[in-house]
Amino acid sequence: MVASILVNGLVYSGVYAMLALGFGLVFGVGRVLNLAHTAFYMVAAYGIFYFASTGFGMPLAVVLTTLGIVAAGIAVYKLFIEPVREMEATVLIATLAVAVLLQELVLVFFGNEPRHVPPALSGFTQVVGVRVGNQEMVTLVVAALSLIGAWFLLSRTKLGLAIRAAAQDREVANLMGINVNQVTAIVMGLGLLLAALAGIAVAPLFTVEPGMWMNPLVIVLAAVVLGGLGSLKGSLIGAVILAFAEVSVVFLVPGGSYLRTAIALLIMVCVFFIRPEGLFGSSIAEER
Amino acid sequence: MYYGRYLLRYLQNEILVLPSRVIVLVFVASLLAFPLISQDPNLLRMLIVTALFSLYAVSWDLLSGYTGQISLGHALFFGSGAYASALLSSHLGLPPYATIPAGAAVATLAGLLVGIPCLRLRKHYLALATLAFPIMLTGLVLAFPGFSGGEGGIWRIARLTSTRIEEYYLIVGVMLVAVFALWKVAGSRVGLIFHSIREDETAARALGINTVRYKLFAFALSGFTAGMAGALYAHSSAARIVAPGVVLSLFMSFQPVIWTIFGGAATIYGPITGVFILYPLLDTLNVVIPKYRMLVFALLVLFILRFMPHGISTWIRDTIERVCPSCQVRNIATRQACRACGVELRHMQP
Repeated sequence: MVASILVNGLVYSGVYAMLALGFGLVFGVGRVLNLAHTAFYMVAAYGIFYFASTGFGMPLAVVLTTLGIVAAGIAVYKLFIEPVREMEATVLIATLAVAVLLQELVLVFFGNEPRHVPPALSGFTQVVGVRVGNQEMVTLVVAALSLIGAWFLLSRTKLGLAIRAAAQDREVANLMGINVNQVTAIVMGLGLLLAALAGIAVAPLFTVEPGMWMNPLVIVLAAVVLGGLGSLKGSLIGAVILAFAEVSVVFLVPGGSYLRTAIALLIMVCVFFIRPEGLFGSSIAEER
Repeated sequence: MYYGRYLLRYLQNEILVLPSRVIVLVFVASLLAFPLISQDPNLLRMLIVTALFSLYAVSWDLLSGYTGQISLGHALFFGSGAYASALLSSHLGLPPYATIPAGAAVATLAGLLVGIPCLRLRKHYLALATLAFPIMLTGLVLAFPGFSGGEGGIWRIARLTSTRIEEYYLIVGVMLVAVFALWKVAGSRVGLIFHSIREDETAARALGINTVRYKLFAFALSGFTAGMAGALYAHSSAARIVAPGVVLSLFMSFQPVIWTIFGGAATIYGPITGVFILYPLLDTLNVVIPKYRMLVFALLVLFILRFMPHGISTWIRDTIERVCPSCQVRNIATRQACRACGVELRHMQP
């Protein structure tokens, strides 16, 4: 019981952390609450399903899927979101429309029935006396590598510096000679790269269906605000907390699969009672 | 005779001078006269749902458009209204005229219960905290299937009226009266205070406005309206079933946002325009091309927002009417001089 909570909790943590990091980056730099974020994750899972079933071989399938998702994401951002970026409510609905559009496109091409992707590695491994599925290990490794890669990019490269500057203060970053619009588009691509990798990593573990973006969206939104909007460290910690809360409810409470999202959100609301700005958010209301 | 002449003069001087007012008059008249033209049950059902949803969208506009407290969990109010009236009706056998006010009262209470903790939250935090509430209520509904009907929902709820024409007039009548009342509220001092809270809450507080009280009032009023729409929906022939997958779903929360932003936020007529364009459209697409209906719908919303980001009704109003620069009275765009103060309008192109 404890072992399965730990393993599943870690897998969910990794997935939610990848999604929350990308979502938080896009929000921090572009001030765009991208409700279509997890829809791209769903499309990535379908992409890997499609390329795997046509027999491209796994490495090529992964490359094609991520490239497709990133290109599509930047195109959507440039066409529909950037022109209305200043109006928050309009952005909300535009991104939601993009999410519904993606879901419907998937429905038209693949139909409503749930799909399964064959695991990259089947079988089990004994880790400290606990049987852990190899696919779970692959998912965890992918999540860890992408998070480390994102951290390296953000803290050790010039582009990362530009991204952090733009997230801190868009106007001043612009004055310092950073092309803020270009940085925002790059961050959108980067966030969707993380989302695509998450979708690819979980496709063999979960059933792939057109509605699979709704639940992660709610959890990712909750994780990002739980940690404090604009704080990347906070959103990662929020993702881990909510993932473990969800998994423990499923394993410990009878009929818990109905309650998992409700409990995760209850935790978020309780944190708000104590700290209205989230765990790591700034308490001063900064107008940007 | 005197009143007849007064009415005629009022019509000529106040309504016929502005195309937007003519549109509203024609809209209300055609809505009331519609059963004279067609009594097709499917069309009537569609218009009943459209009227209910426009009430629901207006309630979102009041809270989020005017007061700026963006709520992404508005299905909580609609759903608690629907569930309260359906449960009272099926467990206690109360008649609809008792359960609908009860449903609205429960939703008002829900508005206050959500509003009080949310007073401390700002902007995006508020939007995402409200998103959580309908999902938590869904969890509660699913956790007690014996009482609430679980995932399948509540069936066989008492009908509102015996015939569909009566139901149509009842619901459209309630909708028109409620929307008119809300329009009056929004145009009054209270509406002005709502605007000021959205624009700058600190400044509003500095002017001596008790913003906490007005924010709670907005939550309660919005909850009441949405709850009334939900309770009427539960009893209407359009629903016949109250299930968490419909009335508490994420899509139900997002729908009023789509309609209102599409129509134009912080105007009472905007959300109504949005619903009366989008809902019948979606319904028609469902018949014509069921497979692609949401695809077409999403594309349409995306393109309209791309080119009219303030909403379609605001765009139409700014196209056919012009504000006089000296006295702020609205004029039809073809007029040469302002109808109130006579200032020439021709060179005042925006």
